[in-house]
Amino acid sequence: MSTGTLYDKVWELHRVAELPGGSTQLFIGLHLIHEVTSPQAFAALADLGLTVRHPERTVATVDHIVPTTSQQRPFADPLAEEMLSTLERNCATHGITLHGIGSGRQGIVHVIAPELGLSQPGMTVACGDSHTSTHGAFGAIAFGIGTSQVRDVLASQSLAMTKLRVRRIWVEGALQPGVYAKDLVLHIIRRLGVKGGVGHAYEFAGPTIDGLSMEERMTLCNMAIEGGARVGYVNPDATTFAALRGRPAAPSGEAWQRALAWWSSIASDADAVYDDEVRIDASAIAPTVTWGITPGQGIGVDEHVPTLEQIDPQERPLAEEAYRYMDLQPGTPIAGLPVDVCFIGSCTNGRLSDLQAAAAVARGRQVAPGLRAFVVPGSEQVAAAAEAEGLDRIFREAGFEWRAPGCSMCLAMNPDRLEGREISASSSNRNFKGRQGSASGRTLLMSPAMVAAAAVTGVVSDVRQLLP
Amino acid sequence: MDFPSGPIPLVTGTALPLPGDDIDTDRIIPARFLKGVSFAGLGEQAFADDRRELAGQHPFDRPDHAGARLLLVNGNFGCGSSREHAPQALMRWGIRALVGESFAEIFFGNCLALGLPCLQAPRAVMHELQALATAAPTAAWELDVMARELRQGDRRWPLTLADGPHGMLLSGRWDATGQLLAHDAELRATAARLPYLSGFRG
Ligand code: SF4
Repeated sequence: MSTGTLYDKVWELHRVAELPGGSTQLFIGLHLIHEVTSPQAFAALADLGLTVRHPERTVATVDHIVPTTSQQRPFADPLAEEMLSTLERNCATHGITLHGIGSGRQGIVHVIAPELGLSQPGMTVACGDSHTSTHGAFGAIAFGIGTSQVRDVLASQSLAMTKLRVRRIWVEGALQPGVYAKDLVLHIIRRLGVKGGVGHAYEFAGPTIDGLSMEERMTLCNMAIEGGARVGYVNPDATTFAALRGRPAAPSGEAWQRALAWWSSIASDADAVYDDEVRIDASAIAPTVTWGITPGQGIGVDEHVPTLEQIDPQERPLAEEAYRYMDLQPGTPIAGLPVDVCFIGSCTNGRLSDLQAAAAVARGRQVAPGLRAFVVPGSEQVAAAAEAEGLDRIFREAGFEWRAPGCSMCLAMNPDRLEGREISASSSNRNFKGRQGSASGRTLLMSPAMVAAAAVTGVVSDVRQLLP
Repeated sequence: MDFPSGPIPLVTGTALPLPGDDIDTDRIIPARFLKGVSFAGLGEQAFADDRRELAGQHPFDRPDHAGARLLLVNGNFGCGSSREHAPQALMRWGIRALVGESFAEIFFGNCLALGLPCLQAPRAVMHELQALATAAPTAAWELDVMARELRQGDRRWPLTLADGPHGMLLSGRWDATGQLLAHDAELRATAARLPYLSGFRG
């Protein structure tokens, strides 16, 4: 059993009571909600005759269903409009802050909460969305929950949970130019598998992690869930504190000093005990691309689609399903595979540094003929910052569409979607069958820079050859 | 349709095998069906895209498996999104319990919150169970949650389920809200020791 880790400390501090069934009641410090997984929870709350216990600890935004072309109300899609107006009504009724379209603060929930300084070290963060693990980048224990649990948090600001084991993922070695946090996390999932993290919290640590920016850490923690780990986190350090300073919800003045002391005390002790440890050499990682239908089916861009013999016998049925669905031949190179659509965005890679990396590749080049390419900033703040430095112009001149913020084609609950058998190069996090809106559509996951490289060449390409 | 309520010591009915590892929640219920402010109507949409792809040959479409209450699955079932729409769709289709090699955590918790027990058996056993249910689709099965055991005729297979969820299902207190609200004083005490709740104002 782990002791002295950030996870252990945060768990202890937030432990309310032991429940009869054997689970633990855990206090939730920050609750984030959006339009898709909250309406049924508010309805259930009303059915039970309950109110929201801590409305000031819940923050709402709208992201999953918002169109990225015209955001004029009412939305063209009446179902989307109904979902947004239901969220607006619920927030107004219960006194919950909603960062809506045009507020300057709207965006993907996992992008805006860090921007606003809401996600802080030592907190427990819950949201009805599996990529809540993102906030672990700040040294929070953050995890996705279902709608019944959203109801529980609204009602009691707490949840019935079971403690996870803690695995330290120790990363050494510098990421090579053209290799990003996205490649690192795809590599980790490839190594440990999509179920490797079930029952675990992943603590990402080591010199490479210490050197990552806050946005890179968010990309990493965001995809912990794709490796089966409900929680992923990085210990808070000077990088974390610098990123929080001056944010609207961050403490200031004397409170800032007290916060620094508390945040530092929360980090894993030097002699902390982990349930196990995995070591990763980051210097050996190539730009990584998925070829299959789970995020674990990834390879270096310079590798070939694995043959059945190269695959663990247990994983072979899934690989065969992936060959069929993706229409890929085992043993063929992944580089050179033509793509139809290029999507840059999502809570994994829709932040300013992601757009900067993609723009560096797109600058002065042209999107390949016949290909649709679009950029969806993760939030209104990201959009404004990108526009202030002219990234929108670089993308537009290269033939990309520059859209309004939202989840967009990450899960295609809005009009942005693949059609038929189209194949996309995508900076999002899931390549599941049908994920991007077409039941037979195909997704190749990669970093934003790699998506830009695919867009300007028309095929999966090694971004290292396009960098200055 | 009656949804689960109260203690759940036993689930009986026919069984539906759904082979494959890593079946994610996007497949159980594609995102476009999440557009709605209630869960009603999700039952018919369960596995919508997989079913269309298999044009009538999907286990959920085979007439001899209609009305099945037990779902037999393989590894990492329900991985991916946190959408409770996935277990809601299965429940509204008629499923009342799952037996599988392993379940993704958020999915498992969502099932528990709805009163859908998810019990585990090793890979080889799951293959055997799936073969049996395929060969005899109308056979009656008994999932004894209390004894953590699956039975068909005079055969029985031991299953695993952690003590926590086991206790919750048997006591009927798998729906946590009431228990959480009961600890009002403890909730206040916990809030009082978290400096960030007052903005570190000392
Ligand atoms: S961007 Fe994608 S993964 Fe992230 S919250 Fe939106 S839909 Fe979920």
